[in-house]
Amino acid sequence: MKSRRNILIVIAALLALAIITPFSSSYVITLITHALVFAILAMSLDLLLGYTGLPSLGQAAYLGMGAYLTAILASNYGFGLGWSFWAVILLGMLLGAATAAFFGLFAIRATGVYFLMITLALGMCVWGLAYRWNSLTGGDNGINLPPRPEFGISLANDVTFFYVVFGFFVFTLATLYVLVRSPFGRTLEGIRERELRMRILGYNTWLHKYIAYIIAGAFGGLAGVLWAQMNGLVSPEDVILTTSVDALLMVVLGGPGTLVGGAIGAAVVTFLRDYLSTLVHWWQYVLGGVYVLTILYLPGGLIGIPERVRNWRVRRGRKAAVPSH
Amino acid sequence: MKEKLTGRLGWAAGVACFALGMGAGTLPASAAEELRIGFLAPLTGPFAQIGKDMANGFQLYLDEAGGSFAGAKVTFVVEDGEGKPPVNVRKAEKLIRQDKVHMFIGGLLASTGYALAPVSTRQKTVYVSSIAAADDLTQRDSAKYPYMVRTGWTSSQPSHPFGQWACEQGYKKIVTVAADYAFGYEVVGGFQKAFEDCGGRIIQKMWPPLGTKDFGPFIPQIKKDADAIFTLMVGPMALQLPKQLKDAGNKKPVIGGGTSYDEYVLPSMGDEVVGHVSALQYSAAIDTPKNAAFVKKYRSKYGKVPSYYSESNYTTAQMIHEVLKKTGGKWPGAEKFVKMMSEIRIDAVRGPVRLDEMRNPVQNIYIKKVEKKKLHGYPQDELWNTVIKTYPAVGQFWKYGKADFLKQPVYSRDYPPCKYCE
Repeated sequence: MKSRRNILIVIAALLALAIITPFSSSYVITLITHALVFAILAMSLDLLLGYTGLPSLGQAAYLGMGAYLTAILASNYGFGLGWSFWAVILLGMLLGAATAAFFGLFAIRATGVYFLMITLALGMCVWGLAYRWNSLTGGDNGINLPPRPEFGISLANDVTFFYVVFGFFVFTLATLYVLVRSPFGRTLEGIRERELRMRILGYNTWLHKYIAYIIAGAFGGLAGVLWAQMNGLVSPEDVILTTSVDALLMVVLGGPGTLVGGAIGAAVVTFLRDYLSTLVHWWQYVLGGVYVLTILYLPGGLIGIPERVRNWRVRRGRKAAVPSH
Repeated sequence: MKEKLTGRLGWAAGVACFALGMGAGTLPASAAEELRIGFLAPLTGPFAQIGKDMANGFQLYLDEAGGSFAGAKVTFVVEDGEGKPPVNVRKAEKLIRQDKVHMFIGGLLASTGYALAPVSTRQKTVYVSSIAAADDLTQRDSAKYPYMVRTGWTSSQPSHPFGQWACEQGYKKIVTVAADYAFGYEVVGGFQKAFEDCGGRIIQKMWPPLGTKDFGPFIPQIKKDADAIFTLMVGPMALQLPKQLKDAGNKKPVIGGGTSYDEYVLPSMGDEVVGHVSALQYSAAIDTPKNAAFVKKYRSKYGKVPSYYSESNYTTAQMIHEVLKKTGGKWPGAEKFVKMMSEIRIDAVRGPVRLDEMRNPVQNIYIKKVEKKKLHGYPQDELWNTVIKTYPAVGQFWKYGKADFLKQPVYSRDYPPCKYCE
């Protein structure tokens, strides 16, 4: 009952976003598109952090793989500028998945802080490659992409591009939602709650975690392809630790284990970073303050606010009701 | 847990509405006799001090002009690029879309320049590169960026005469220690080419990462038979290397790219840098009345000696003003503006400046030696970049000729190859 109502709310919010956005100013459209790309990355991370209990600090690696693939194909081979854009999307997801499949072999053995550190190190490896492999990645300068693809529709148009990214966002949300509601997703939650018990029950927990890791990598790659097209530039700065930390904070801020929480976190962080920073120079304090307050007072993330408010009102109502009885 | 899966997304709708509200402040597409200028500089992070110097330079000229250029009221919007190319791209998009600027100026690092130039082409908006010195913007890639004008310099521009100067000092073998990114490659590349063309040898090249604070791993590797050390430091790095070289007991002469000893960092340095020599198109110690007046004005307003970052943006504002004087305060359109700007010849604070056909300045290059002395009437002993030699009207191709120069690849980590390294 409650879950159905929540789905309706999400659908209504998505519809509202799709309808309202084209009427915004062109800068706001790009900001929203930016937030949606990061929402995809945050949701992919939420599968690991929120559902499987694996705090990965290397999610930028898969974004980087997708982004550099897109940039290299487009600028060196002129590939992906027409219908082949869809092939690049597919390749980006495959490359993200393949990278995760490789990294997963090292990372999945560990848990907790050790997992955090291994994924951090692996993420830095990708950054190192991007920074050092000059002939392929352009080193510190990065790669400038040719104009966005055109296939009947022109992605150079901001509104069109917004709808394409929006489509991928909905696709990601829906796919991951189905996934976490499936028996597979339930098993992941079981692993998060108590891995030993799941193992005793006969589940191959390593394999479950490994597959979740690969799926997260694939969607990270998808975010990367879109990110490259969005900025028209891929730089090692995109792959740096900050991006991974941002993704992690987006999930924690929005509410882990909720998928949409990651999207909310992405929206808040993007708007603080890219919009508040144009208004005041002390925007970093605001961002820091929001993080600290959320972690101190809202362990469930921003998404827990309505429930908190409801609980508080119920409690107050009860208190008020006591004397009359 | 199940109930939480989707959450309550009235929030997303709220954010969307907030987004709409923000769009409301957008300016009209074109207002009469108004010049909207966007400015990108790092205002947070390790390069924040440089960013302030940049913006202050422009602001100083603007204040002197009374806030308007030839009748056009100037709206000056400064954005924080954080010293990161992708952030600069996003902020440039913001300036163009939200503030509807006629042009955007700035960008610090060479990589930022390479990232911003395509934005100007894509958005058909003028980009004035006042600091970012990436060579190819006005060399091999110049045709790709028809809306870009450079008022600063190319990284290798001061290095060419400096290489020749090093030969004249009798240096035979030099070791380079330079920040590991495009700007470092180009400064060192230009120096190496000129130095080796007149008989010198670069015998070792070291590339500490941008932002290195501990040069411990690098200093002991410096070859003993080198006659001098060439350094190229950027930002806070510049403070550390001379100190650590001194602590390590270095006795070799130290020379370097302009940013190693520029005035943004010079006041924070100690006596360890006295005698070090560098090359750039500006020094706060240039002995002209024009520069002395500029230094005094700047210092009384911002409390520090202007660096080339300030001068370059001051001069940029002056050049824009000159263009608008010719149009009577009207915005001539992006293409016309670029054309008019490249025809400007001014007597700037740094000396005479004109632009070549690839829209890069032709200007004096000063060989400068750090000295402790009194200057410009200030009572206390301070460190100054005393000019010891001036190479007048140096262009980006030095004496090589445009056609020949453009045939070689852009200076990089591997070009020119280190023939004499073992």
